[in-house]
Amino acid sequence: MHTLSVAELSKSLKNKEFSSVELTQHYLDRISHSDLNAFITVTDDLALSQARAADAKLANGSGSVLTGIPFAHKDIFCTKGVKTSAGSKILDPFISPYDATVSHKLNIENLVMLGKTNCDEFAMGSSNENSFYGPVKNPWNKTMVPGGSSGGSAAAVAGRLTPFATGTDTGGSIRQPSSLCGITGIKPTYGRVSRYGMIAYASSLDQAGPLTQTAEDAALVLNAIAGFDEKDSTSALRDVPDYTKTLRDSIKGLKIGIPKEFFSEGLDSSVEKVITESIKEFETMGAKLQEISLPNSAYAIPTYYIVAPCECSSNLSRLDGVRYGYRCEDPKNMDDLYLRSRSEGFGDEVKRRIMIGTYALSAGYYDAYYLKAQKVRQLISEDFKKAFQNVDIIMGPVSPTTAFELGAIKDPVSMYLADIYTLSANLAGLPGMSIPAGFSNNLPVGLQMIGNYWSEEVLLNAAHQFQTQTDWHSVLPENI
Amino acid sequence: MSLNKEQVKEIAQLAKLSISDSEIEQSTIELNNILSLMAELGEIETDHVEPMSHPLDMSQRLREDVVSEADLSEEFQEIAPKTGKRHFLVPTVIE
Repeated sequence: MHTLSVAELSKSLKNKEFSSVELTQHYLDRISHSDLNAFITVTDDLALSQARAADAKLANGSGSVLTGIPFAHKDIFCTKGVKTSAGSKILDPFISPYDATVSHKLNIENLVMLGKTNCDEFAMGSSNENSFYGPVKNPWNKTMVPGGSSGGSAAAVAGRLTPFATGTDTGGSIRQPSSLCGITGIKPTYGRVSRYGMIAYASSLDQAGPLTQTAEDAALVLNAIAGFDEKDSTSALRDVPDYTKTLRDSIKGLKIGIPKEFFSEGLDSSVEKVITESIKEFETMGAKLQEISLPNSAYAIPTYYIVAPCECSSNLSRLDGVRYGYRCEDPKNMDDLYLRSRSEGFGDEVKRRIMIGTYALSAGYYDAYYLKAQKVRQLISEDFKKAFQNVDIIMGPVSPTTAFELGAIKDPVSMYLADIYTLSANLAGLPGMSIPAGFSNNLPVGLQMIGNYWSEEVLLNAAHQFQTQTDWHSVLPENI
Repeated sequence: MSLNKEQVKEIAQLAKLSISDSEIEQSTIELNNILSLMAELGEIETDHVEPMSHPLDMSQRLREDVVSEADLSEEFQEIAPKTGKRHFLVPTVIE
């Protein structure tokens, strides 16, 4: 049953082919035999009790389409009574006293949480190697990274340890691991999904979304988690369409923009080939291709790596060893308590970003760094606004390469450069998606689709139509 | 702009992070590498560009000033490293 999609599992549960308890136990067994290190916490007992409650609802016909479906949360969503670590030692002792809105929304539909997935510490990383709980392995090749920061979620879905998982995307953290693990992932428009209870990294960039096997599943999950939330002042007061309704629409005449800057130096030629062929498939289906330009997109890296660290240096100041989380042994005074709790609790990359942000926001440097970056952010955003006057959707690679070896990239700047194609959607606040598009040297390649504001249904429709014509999304790693 | 070791120590102190003498060399190199990546932004003319602080053109919503949350103080105290009499306890600040 673990090769079935959420949509298929939903039908099977309705038809009583198996119960949610049986399904849940099957996934729990798979997780216990897995060596991917995809989970930080497995919530066996909770999962089985949730599955029993779901079975009761299914029996009396009061469940929703997602009732009884197991899933995993990235360990950055607060889950009441369950450890919520954000992949960090500093939150290792943190048992959340409340639920994130995303968690709450899935709870009220009686889904079954299998556990919390591994991730880069505070979602800072592109390889999942920055986790306090150790790196996650890529199911396609266990010597490779799964991508990050939602690497545990992506590996768990690709390894069929869960039908779907939640993730967050601040600079590519849903799309890039989805690409590297050969699954489907969508980062909605900023403001579409509530950030309440989602441990903040960079508040003007963070957005939650699902990592799934198919676009249809992504639509089902997004239906459940999207929408206005009073508890998040940046959540948008807009109606959410039923994303499953438009999946089957024809994409004849869909105008696809291909940014020439996404096919320049640095893009692996075999990745380029897969991307070009998959875009041709859309043309065969009746879409119209058009070259476009996003002239400032190369500046997305320095812009992001100023804006995000500035916001994180401010956001992470709350981790002080006083109210929750890790506190050092025998602090001598307040300064010692702050210094040692934070220095012992944070990992290297988090410290680096806090320091960069602290410097860039400090007196005398604010204009040169933060203000400058905010201005360039405006230019990057305007490039997209211009492009979307002529096209419906933008397509290109997610990542310049396929998954790389664990430990291969040690230099922080080289790691940042790999985020080149994903950062600009976050800076502009646009929805973006990764779908399986083919393979290069037996490793998956993801096609990125970027949509206009609030056009998730356009992305999901295009992705679903592609998945009716291709079967890249149903190719499984060995021994699954 | 390039940072020296003393400046890196100062930034760490501002961020309430300690850096040992053995780490300072490597940290300084890494931070300078990151800052040189950022120097690329200097190439762009932005004199007449409005800074973008947020992706959505929205203003903060206002609401009635009424209590909307239940009192969770006990739950929040339970997860704190050290508490007493409904307070979070820290080392003595004032003798």
